[in-house]
Amino acid sequence: MTSITGHSEADAGPSGDMAATGRVGDRVFSGLATGSGVFVVTLIGLVAAFLLAQAVPSLMDNKAGFLTSREWQVSAGDLRFGIADLLWVTVISSIIAMAIAVPIAIGVALFLTQYAPRRLARPFASLIDLLAAVPSIVYGIWGYFVLRDFVQPVQRFVESALGWFPLFAPLTVSGTIFLASIVLAIMILPIITAISREVFDQTPAAHKEAALALGATRWEMVRTAVLPFGKPGVISASMLGLGRALGETIAVTLLLSVTRGAFSWSAFAGGETFASRIANGSSEFDTPLKTGAYIAAGLVLFLLTFAVNAVARIVIERRKAFSE
Amino acid sequence: MAQRIDVKDLNVYYGSFKAVEDVSMSIEPRTVTAFIGPSGCGKSTFLRTLNRMHEVIAGGRVEGTVALNGRDLYSKDIDPVAVRRTVGMVFQRPNPFPTMSIFDNVAAGLRLNGVKTKAVLAEAVERSLKGANLWNEVKDRLDKPGAGLSGGQQQRLCIARAIAVEPQVLLMDEPCSALDPISTLAIEDLIDEIKQQYTIVIVTHNMQQAARVSDRTAFFNLAATGKPGRLIEMGDTAKIFSNPTEKATEDYISGRFG
Repeated sequence: MTSITGHSEADAGPSGDMAATGRVGDRVFSGLATGSGVFVVTLIGLVAAFLLAQAVPSLMDNKAGFLTSREWQVSAGDLRFGIADLLWVTVISSIIAMAIAVPIAIGVALFLTQYAPRRLARPFASLIDLLAAVPSIVYGIWGYFVLRDFVQPVQRFVESALGWFPLFAPLTVSGTIFLASIVLAIMILPIITAISREVFDQTPAAHKEAALALGATRWEMVRTAVLPFGKPGVISASMLGLGRALGETIAVTLLLSVTRGAFSWSAFAGGETFASRIANGSSEFDTPLKTGAYIAAGLVLFLLTFAVNAVARIVIERRKAFSE
Repeated sequence: MAQRIDVKDLNVYYGSFKAVEDVSMSIEPRTVTAFIGPSGCGKSTFLRTLNRMHEVIAGGRVEGTVALNGRDLYSKDIDPVAVRRTVGMVFQRPNPFPTMSIFDNVAAGLRLNGVKTKAVLAEAVERSLKGANLWNEVKDRLDKPGAGLSGGQQQRLCIARAIAVEPQVLLMDEPCSALDPISTLAIEDLIDEIKQQYTIVIVTHNMQQAARVSDRTAFFNLAATGKPGRLIEMGDTAKIFSNPTEKATEDYISGRFG
């Protein structure tokens, strides 16, 4: 093929509108590239169509409100399922994880880019990245056997101090949303740190010097030059982290105590997220109607994650407009 | 308000590399002093030692003294942050804070100094923008981003930002090198006006500019690449450009090198 691409005038296309497109090598390559693109799009379309086709019959048969019900009854002939509690647990566990991870990630990224000596920053950054390399099952086991004992006193304290607030209402559950959130926070910390570090590092020296020359201290320089410049990047990094937290399955499945029927707004309750409900229910994938119920839940998770990622993309795009 | 600068036996280093060697000079209050010289002669580096911005670069350090009204800026009990609040700086490329409005850009230095009162800020912003000859062009859009202005306007915005905190000295590092001739003229006029109040030191590659705006001129040169830059000659601008003492100065201003 390479010998043909080297061949110059013989294959020049008769139309001649784009000088090189007529050659065999170019045609093959553009065909391959276009084919790959079409293939991926078709694949996504087929997956979506399959999921929809599986979910729709179950949704039609559903005797409970899919978006409003807390029931999950998928025995044959009597389908009653809703995602209200799944949505709550998924969203609140991710939000608590974000509330913990984002400030720490910003702090670490600022330390690495603005404060740490260069030769320390490199190994330290790799260490953070290494957190992303730990398999989620390991986080799950660690959270279950190690972290839980440390988190419980904290929970007791918050319960006794702020127990009147529904989110902190005391309950006697061992695998709480709060515990899962802390593990999720550790899992999304590396991605938020890595992206924040990159954007902070790109702060133009001119902006930093402008602040310093006005008599800014290091922290004031960070506040007037680095943080405003990095803000859109940090937001999109957080969104990516959120997307990961929403969909995390195995660690959450291990950590959360399943408490069907006993719903609470408290962060110290158990429960199930979309992903852990599906994982816990894998033994029930025996008839298409039952499976369809889980697939419907999975579709909502897909839409949720998609929306979060779309927002992140939009923020990144907007950042381009004023970064120059 | 304007103060004098006395530099004595100053050596400037980047790590172990000596960039500027053995500079001594005096800069009088309410004058414009121009630094000229070929690229790499250390004039910008030297300028940045006058408000301790040189230390911002990793490995940047100096030996010798820089005294502002008799007080050494490099003595141990002096905070570099305090120095930079007294000695303002305008950079080669206009660098307004891109996410801030015109108003906030000018107010940034005051806010760093803890000024919060809206009326005080508004008054200072108007005074500084007027001082930078920019007020009439931007008074109706103070809340718009500073980055939306033209290059020349941005540079005047940066000058407004620098003078808003009422510094004793204003350092300008090739402030017109990224600007068109009209904007350059506006900046030069501005320099001529504000020298009534400030001690101004300007680095320029443009010898006509040095001749137009400055009262005193210092010529820097370096023996060869990799050798430190030195102050060759300093004197009244008229004398430097008509009858310099040193041969190298004459060669440079007559365009024989550089």
